[in-house]
Parts: sequence; C-alpha cells; structure tokens
Amino acid sequence: MIKKEMIAMLLAGGQGSRLGVLTAKMAKPAVSFGGKYRIIDFPLSNCINSGIDTVGVLTQYQPLKLNTHIGIGIPWDLDRNIGGVTVLPPYEKSENSEWYTGTANAIYQNLDYMETYNPDYVLILSGDHIYKMDYEVMLDYHKSHNAEVTIAVMPVPIEEAKRFGIMITDEDGRITEFEEKPENPRSNLASMGIYIFNWKTLKEALISKSSQVALDFGKHIIPYCHDKGCPLYAYEFSGYWKDVGTLESYWQANMELIDIVPEFNLYEEYWKIYTKSEILPPQYLSSDSVVEKSIVGEGSEVYGKVYNSVIGCGVVIGKDAVVRDSIVMNGVNIGEGVQCNKAIIAEGAVIGAGAVLGEGEEAPNETAPHIYNSGLVTVGEKTTVPAGVRVGKNTVIYGNTLPEDYPDGKLASGSTLEKAGD
Amino acid sequence: MRAIGIILAGGNSHRMKELVSKRAVPAMPIAGSYRSIDFVLSNMSNSHIQKVGVLTQYNAQSLNEHLSSSKWWDFGRKQGGLFVFTPAVTAENNFWYRGTADAIYQNLSFLKSSHEPYVVVASADCIYKLDFNKVLEYHIDKKADITVVCKDADDIKDIDRFGTIKMDENYRITEFEEKPIVAKASTISCGIYIIRRRALIEMVEKSASEDRYDFVRDILIRFKDIKKIYGYKIKTYWRNIASVDDYFSTNMDFLKPEIRNYFFREYPDIYSKVDDLPPAKYNVGAQVRNSLVASGTIINGTVEDSVIFRDTYIGNNCYIKNSIVLNDVYIGDNTHIENCIVESHDTIRANSYHKGETGIKIVVEESDRYLL
Repeated sequence: MIKKEMIAMLLAGGQGSRLGVLTAKMAKPAVSFGGKYRIIDFPLSNCINSGIDTVGVLTQYQPLKLNTHIGIGIPWDLDRNIGGVTVLPPYEKSENSEWYTGTANAIYQNLDYMETYNPDYVLILSGDHIYKMDYEVMLDYHKSHNAEVTIAVMPVPIEEAKRFGIMITDEDGRITEFEEKPENPRSNLASMGIYIFNWKTLKEALISKSSQVALDFGKHIIPYCHDKGCPLYAYEFSGYWKDVGTLESYWQANMELIDIVPEFNLYEEYWKIYTKSEILPPQYLSSDSVVEKSIVGEGSEVYGKVYNSVIGCGVVIGKDAVVRDSIVMNGVNIGEGVQCNKAIIAEGAVIGAGAVLGEGEEAPNETAPHIYNSGLVTVGEKTTVPAGVRVGKNTVIYGNTLPEDYPDGKLASGSTLEKAGD
Repeated sequence: MRAIGIILAGGNSHRMKELVSKRAVPAMPIAGSYRSIDFVLSNMSNSHIQKVGVLTQYNAQSLNEHLSSSKWWDFGRKQGGLFVFTPAVTAENNFWYRGTADAIYQNLSFLKSSHEPYVVVASADCIYKLDFNKVLEYHIDKKADITVVCKDADDIKDIDRFGTIKMDENYRITEFEEKPIVAKASTISCGIYIIRRRALIEMVEKSASEDRYDFVRDILIRFKDIKKIYGYKIKTYWRNIASVDDYFSTNMDFLKPEIRNYFFREYPDIYSKVDDLPPAKYNVGAQVRNSLVASGTIINGTVEDSVIFRDTYIGNNCYIKNSIVLNDVYIGDNTHIENCIVESHDTIRANSYHKGETGIKIVVEESDRYLL
C-alpha cells in the first residue's frame, strides 16, 4: 500500500507577466535566478531538504523549459520508485475539459493524483518565491495546534501590507479574520501563499466549491474553511523570503547575492539548493579580465570586466567589454567592447561588439511603464542586438533585431523593440 | 556499440608522491571540475558502450564515492550499466589483484556472462577524447586479434614510464617494450586496447594457469608474435597523469584556449558527478588572471595562471601563482602560494608562505579550520 504523510503540490503554471519578456517563452518558475538556478529550484530543494519526496508540479503556461528542467527529478533526488516529482499539466476529460482556471481549481483537477498517495497532509506551494524554509517545522506547528489549515505568514512593513493577503490572529496564532489586499491593514502578517491542509479538509473544500469559477485558495477555499469553523492557524516565518514578481524586485534579489555575506546565503552547507547543471567545466578568467563583487557560473569565459553582476553558466564576455550591475543568464554571448549597465540579459542572447546598453537619461517605457522601469535594460531570450548600437534605459529588446531597427544606431530610453515571429 | 568496457583503475603510483595517500590516481581531480576517470567513462558512454566494469584496488574509497551513482555518465540502465569490482575473497581465491590481467581473471564471470563480441580495455589515468567505434572499425578492418591505441611521443616527457611500440608499414606491432630503460621507439601505447571477448577470456585464463598476471607483459608482449596485434595511432590530445609533473602540466594545459575548447566546448562532452555548489563568488579586491575557477569557490585575493578547484576559499590579500588548488581548501589571509599543488581539504593558516623552488611543491597542511 502506498502512504505518504505529506505530499506537496507546487503551482507552477503562472505566466508572471510583470517579468515582461523574461516570461515570453517560459513560465515564471523556469526563469533563471542567481546565475545557475531557476526560481523553481528553491521550493523543490526546500521540499527534499524537508523530507518531502512526493511533489506534483502543476504546469500550464509555456511548460517546455520547466519540463526539461525537472525531467525525472534527478537533481533534487526526486527520482523515486514511489512518489518523486510528477509534472501535472491540464488534461482533457470526458466532460468539462478546461484549463486550470485558478490556483485551487488546478489542485481540484488533480484530486486523483493526491488520492494515490493516501496523504494525511497536503502542502500547497507556489513556484515564484526565493526562500529557504523547513516545511517539516511548519508541519510540526500544524500538528501541535491541531490545525486543519496552516498558512505561512511573514511580517511585512505595515505600509506594504496592502499588497498582500493579511491575516489577523489571536495570541495563540489562530486566524480570526483575514483581508485580501486591504486599504487599511489591521495587521502586518502577510500570507506567503504556502498552506498545509489536512487532506480530508482540503478534499471536502475542493469538492464543495468545485463549481466556483476560477477557484482560488485566497479568495474561496480559505474563506470557505474559515466560515465552516475549521481551525486556521498562522505560522510565522522570519527568514529570507522574496517575491521576484517584478523586474525591479527580481533584479534586486539577484544583486543581494553578491554582498560580502549575503542575507540569502547560497554557500551554507546544510541547506543546499539543487539545480539541473547542464554545464560542468570551470570558468576561465583571462589575463586582462577583472571580476569584482560578482558571482559567475560554470563554464563561463571572461575576457572583459565585470562589476557587481550575476553571471550565469556558459557565458562569454568579450575583451574590453564592461558589465556593471547586470544579470547575464546562461549561454549569453557579450561581444568585445560592449558596455552594459543595469541590464537583464536573458538566456542565449547575443550582444554585438561595441554595443552600449543602458546609457543616457531615464524615460518612462512607451508600452509598459509598469513593467519596464527602474532604469533597466531588458533583453529577451535568444535576442540578437547588432554591433555598435546604443540603447537607452527602461528599454526592452526581444527577437532577432537588425541594425535598421535602430534609427541612427540608437534605441532611445523608454523604447520597446519587440520583433514577433522569430 | 558491440563491446563492453573494462576500466583498469588499480591506481597506485609512487610517482604521484603524497597525492596518492588520499586517493587512487583515477580519482585525481582534473581541470577544476572533473576526476581523471571521468574522461574514460565519458568516452565509453559517448561511444554507446552499454556495460562497463571498473576494476579498483588501491585506496579506492574516494573513487567509490565518485562512482556511487552511475547516472552522471548515463550508465543507470536496466540492461548493462556500471559495475565496480574490488578484490574479494572467494572460495577459489584469496589474493589481491596481482596485476591487471589477474584483475580481469578474478572477475572473469563479468566477461563470460556478457554477450557483446568485443571488449574495450582502458586505463583510468589518461586524459583524452576518443570514439571507440572508430577503433573498433579499424580493428575489424585489420582483422586484428588485439588493437592497441598508440601515439607518437613527440610532446610527451619521460617516455620510459610507458610501453613503447614499433610497427611495420601495415601498423602491425613488431616490438613492444614495457617501461624500457632506453626507449628504442618513439611511439607509446596509450593503454587502450580492443580485443574479441572470447580471445581475452582465453588469454587471461592461459596466463593465470601459468601464474602470469600482467596484461601488458604477459599478454600483449608474450602473444605479439602469434596474435595479430595492430596499432591505432591517434593524433589528438592524450596525456597520462600518473606522475606529479605530468599531473601538474596536464591541469595547466587547460589554461590554453585550444585545449579548453576541445574538451569543454566541442562535441562530445565530458561528464562528471554533479556537486550542487553555488556559482563562484568574487568579492571586492579579487584579481584573477589567466586562471580556471570551479564552482563554490570564494575569492578575495589575487590568483594568476592557476587552476582553482571546487569549494575553495581564498582570503584577503593572498597571492596564488602558477599553482593548483584542489577541492575544499581554505587559504587564510596574506598567504603566498607559488608553483604548488595544494592538497584537497587543506586548511592553510593566514600569513603562510609556500613556494616550489626547484619543482612543484605539494602542500599538505591540515590546520584546524574555524568556520566563519
């Protein structure tokens, strides 16, 4: 008989549209982070480090990268005879076929998967946060409080509380009320989107609310359980936890990794983050290279200068190029003499020799100022930037761009240059 | 491929000095991220050999750890896979492996129970890339009994530690000398052989019945006139690492762009066990020039013309030149290291000075490490 005490369900289907072109061809959990990792590595590594060996990953938006990355789960030791990692895409049913319409709806459509493992508890995770957390400690809390639902919460500055789902608790940690993105928050405990449910409670709630359109945990399932009088508890987490949902916060979280002793320390022995390493060789730094206050992934070759940057694996940085305050993902090729300031360059992009990225004054982006801001230059996956062009700030470049796309060899601050169909 | 692989990973060599007190030669770290045996394992995997036996004996713990899972070289298979054979006491036998042929003899059931017609025998202390299919094609084409992969030794030092061979115009081997005092030929054996499986079983059994246990001396040399032994010459990069100088220079070869490209960027890849280390980190004050740096390393000081292996910490104001720093080394502040091989897991106190004056110095210093 198959029996697992707790299984995890990882919601990885979201597009993460506020990451702009970074998620044009991949779901947000597949976006690179910290040089060699992808965002989903953090919850997956947390699972195995917490002793959870059965993880269902719910995918929907652009899953190819994610599927390839997860494979059969070897990097996380999640290749198991029973359990392990299972990718769960939406599927056709004899009636009522639909996409995953909401977080809880996605879980509802996979009741059979969970049933197989006969769990006592189900852990619901989302694939878009950077943190290290021992879910076993949370489970102990859940058990010792006889909770039916435990929600991980995090104290946030009260002025930011209105961006989150806020929990109001009694002195024992029991949730008495909650508010979704309140105007005037009455507490600073923000929900982290991590839940432990008693399996019976979860199953009953999902089935009774199944007809709800766009069934969501925060909006429907938690209120339903609360109204029914289930004991709901808040588990307060005080470690590092970062939402990397916007380009600005994504850039910030990457830059925090290069501090002398980073708040989020990847170099700790006892809570390793695992990832699929496609590239093994060491990195090479040439005689005239300079690399300072940066992290660099495997197999990269640096002939130029790199300051305050996060460089992925298999990157080539040409002679006399200067890369500053930037994120350069796996397999990027930066030509000779390129100047690169505060840029995010996605996987496999090629920056032609002598190009200048991130010059001049800031100007609001013409198409999506809420996405492309903070003075960043964002270059999409497998994009080519021709040699010698000069690119301003708050710009985005995507696709195989040619010299004629840059009038006078320039792309002014705030411009969007996306070439579809490539 | 219609062959099985046998890797001779016995692994002691007095020429490696202190370096083999921790591990066998096949487990020696190479080029920042690899171990010596990765090259032959990857070659076999890339040649689509499905079943590989590794014969180990000397100080095999580190090697066994490295081989604890066969999936990194894609040998995690239901059919075939990776087999590690250490000497074992049995009803018939209570000896260590008395030689390479004896190692094969003691595990003859592995050969007998296989059905592939050919065997690729290769040692685990050589750094090269080779498609064994090409050698096998040649072997079949020549109707050879044994094919020996060999190389002109123009760029190889101390040729007297190899087997040297002379061939006729058809590449049939006419002379074979093992470790000659004065080498008469300038072509050396690379320690890679292809033999028909049944012929190997027969020869190994015959040698064992005569108490002969060495593959080269008692099989190749002894049978060279009655068996057709051919040489297959390679011109590509090949190095044996089983001496301190060769180990050092082979690692340093990877600082050359053409060698790096050949091994790191050209098809096919070399595989190794994945260590899950974070990216290398360069703090303010780090100056690294013409060096290879592996993951998990944190650098604060200066590094020049060196190979830094995984998970190493280099303190402030250090100066490291023309050296190899093996895995998991902690180097305290203000340390000077020049012309050295720093042994793995070393902890070097701040303000130390190590310099190889006449040759390569091996630094073994295991001070207490205070965790940060």
